[in-house]
Amino acid sequence: MKTESRLEKVLAAGHLAVTSECGPPRGCMPDKVREKGKYLEGVVDAINVTDNQTAMVRMSSLAASAILRQEGLNPLLQVVSRDRNRLAMQADIIGAYSLGIDTMLCLSGDHTKFGDHPMAANVHDIDSIQMIQMVKQMRDEGLFQGGAEIKSPPKMFIGAAANPFADPFELRVLRLAKKVAAGADFIQTQCIFNVDKFEKWMEGVRSMGLHKKCYILAGVTPIKSVGAARYMKNKVPGMDVPQEIVDRMAAQPKEKQPEEGINICIETIERLKKIEGVAGFHIMAIDWEEKVKEIVERAGLLPRPVV
Amino acid sequence: MITAERKPLEELIEYIRPYRRILLVGCNECVTVCAAGGRKEVGMLASGLQMALLKAGTSIEVREHTLERQCDPEYVEELVPLLDGVDAVMSMACGCGVQEVARRFKNKPVYPALNTKFMGASERQGVWAERCMGCGNCLLGETGGICPIARCAKQLMNGPCGGSTSGHCEIGDEVDCAWALIWERLKELGQQDRYVEITPAKDWRAGKGAGPRKIIREDLAE
Amino acid sequence: MDNFEPVIVAFCCHYCAYTAADMAGSQRLSYPPNVKVIRVPCSGKVDAMHVVKAFEKGADGVYVAGCLEGDCHFKNGNTKAARMVAYVRRYMDEIGIEPDRLEMVMMSAGMGYRFAQVATEITDKIRRMGPSPIHAAIETGKAA
Repeated sequence: MKTESRLEKVLAAGHLAVTSECGPPRGCMPDKVREKGKYLEGVVDAINVTDNQTAMVRMSSLAASAILRQEGLNPLLQVVSRDRNRLAMQADIIGAYSLGIDTMLCLSGDHTKFGDHPMAANVHDIDSIQMIQMVKQMRDEGLFQGGAEIKSPPKMFIGAAANPFADPFELRVLRLAKKVAAGADFIQTQCIFNVDKFEKWMEGVRSMGLHKKCYILAGVTPIKSVGAARYMKNKVPGMDVPQEIVDRMAAQPKEKQPEEGINICIETIERLKKIEGVAGFHIMAIDWEEKVKEIVERAGLLPRPVV
Repeated sequence: MITAERKPLEELIEYIRPYRRILLVGCNECVTVCAAGGRKEVGMLASGLQMALLKAGTSIEVREHTLERQCDPEYVEELVPLLDGVDAVMSMACGCGVQEVARRFKNKPVYPALNTKFMGASERQGVWAERCMGCGNCLLGETGGICPIARCAKQLMNGPCGGSTSGHCEIGDEVDCAWALIWERLKELGQQDRYVEITPAKDWRAGKGAGPRKIIREDLAE
Repeated sequence: MDNFEPVIVAFCCHYCAYTAADMAGSQRLSYPPNVKVIRVPCSGKVDAMHVVKAFEKGADGVYVAGCLEGDCHFKNGNTKAARMVAYVRRYMDEIGIEPDRLEMVMMSAGMGYRFAQVATEITDKIRRMGPSPIHAAIETGKAA
């Protein structure tokens, strides 16, 4: 065991892990964070706290994570390389661990063009893979990226993101290999609608033995409406939503669409359970956190194991 | 070359409105190649400025001259005889040239006619694209001759990110994904192994990280 | 200005537009004397500076006449000219001269009637628009 992280304990014990997401509010509203956290209590092993997601300013992932920790939950600190240089990142990581946060995700971050500050600089002092290397060095060697010793290093369980659906496809397995080589302990994938394509990616992953070197959590998202399905299909880079999913949503009358979206989500989870190398699920129910419990329950993943 | 584009005419008119006579100086190098500040563009701008001010009821005399380069003091010196009675200078060079002219003629206001953009190359006639960010430690040998710092919107050194779609960057179809290009090139060169190696965090001191830079050739500098 | 008669400069390519002008002459088709024809080897040879200078010197209207699409003797001089004209029209807008004072027209060598027609139509258009603001400013300067 490398850390005290609950997520690591669940995965190491061989259970299917479950994580979900909480987007911090766009204002000083700590109660909103607590409210979202409440929906996920006892339902998931860790809660991703996003970091200025889609380049829109929100309460910092560090602050929101600290609030969740105070509530006795297990936050998963997301850090993007877009907004901070390596000094600020290391400072935040030490600060986070000092506040009891022991699990994190290293990401590049969406370009500022998509958000509410397109005029801001994109920092990217280091990229996500270099960030993984940096945190691993902090944890295992007790050294800062610049080489100096850390007094009482952070024991972070290190995660990264993977997108089996972005292009070029042949690179997607190699990129995962790079992240694992850099030191990623676990991976959360982009949400999966095209299970066939995901299976193909997993074949490549298994052929390189990567599923044994890091835990792969398959991402899923319940769709709220046919409009949302179309938006994800056409407007979100790196998302693969097969036409049949859009058609299934469209076939339902408006009031029944959310229910169908959840059904599709649970069916996807069941199919994913059968794929060798899938160690758990990452449920992204943006602004729909109250449904996560139902999904986890109907997928047969409750109660969460005691570790 | 260094590329630039002319500032909007109304901005330039505001600069020169208070003056009776200005010297408009072009540059025969980079800004000529990207059709922004060469002899032709000097002629066009002089004519446009004079007409705009004439229309507004005032007049201005615009003296035109184009130097070989504005970034070498020897060439800037050639402007001395042209400055008689000139109230201000407007330079159609890149930012480097504007500053060198301003440095030499401290008692004359010097205005930029262009917005300097980037270091780039011609893709085809009339189209110039960004190629180099001057990071100070060139890694083109490792990336098949394609720069991820200048051409990747997130300057990733271990790209591509998850937003790369059909060879395009997530910011738009008009931008190629630099890492998609790099991967294709590495395949053509049989250098796929280079991709798997992790490029460690960059030392930005070779670039802007250590402040404004200078190169000194001891054999050439007195 | 009373009895305003516009000055129009027409850059005409040798192979088509100028030949059409000749044809108009030999067919006794009249066109307004306001139009000053300048023969160029190809419409693509007309530089933006030539057009801008014409306005600077007080021309009220300018047009560039080239061959029909696909018929340019030098392959694509006419398309280059059309692009140049579009570019200068945007510049004129910045300067404060109505872009409609500048046009690109195309015709073939045998179209004497079209040459006369275009010359007449453009002259009428510019007459209605009045003197160019630069022409007006020059006149005001002279009077002062």
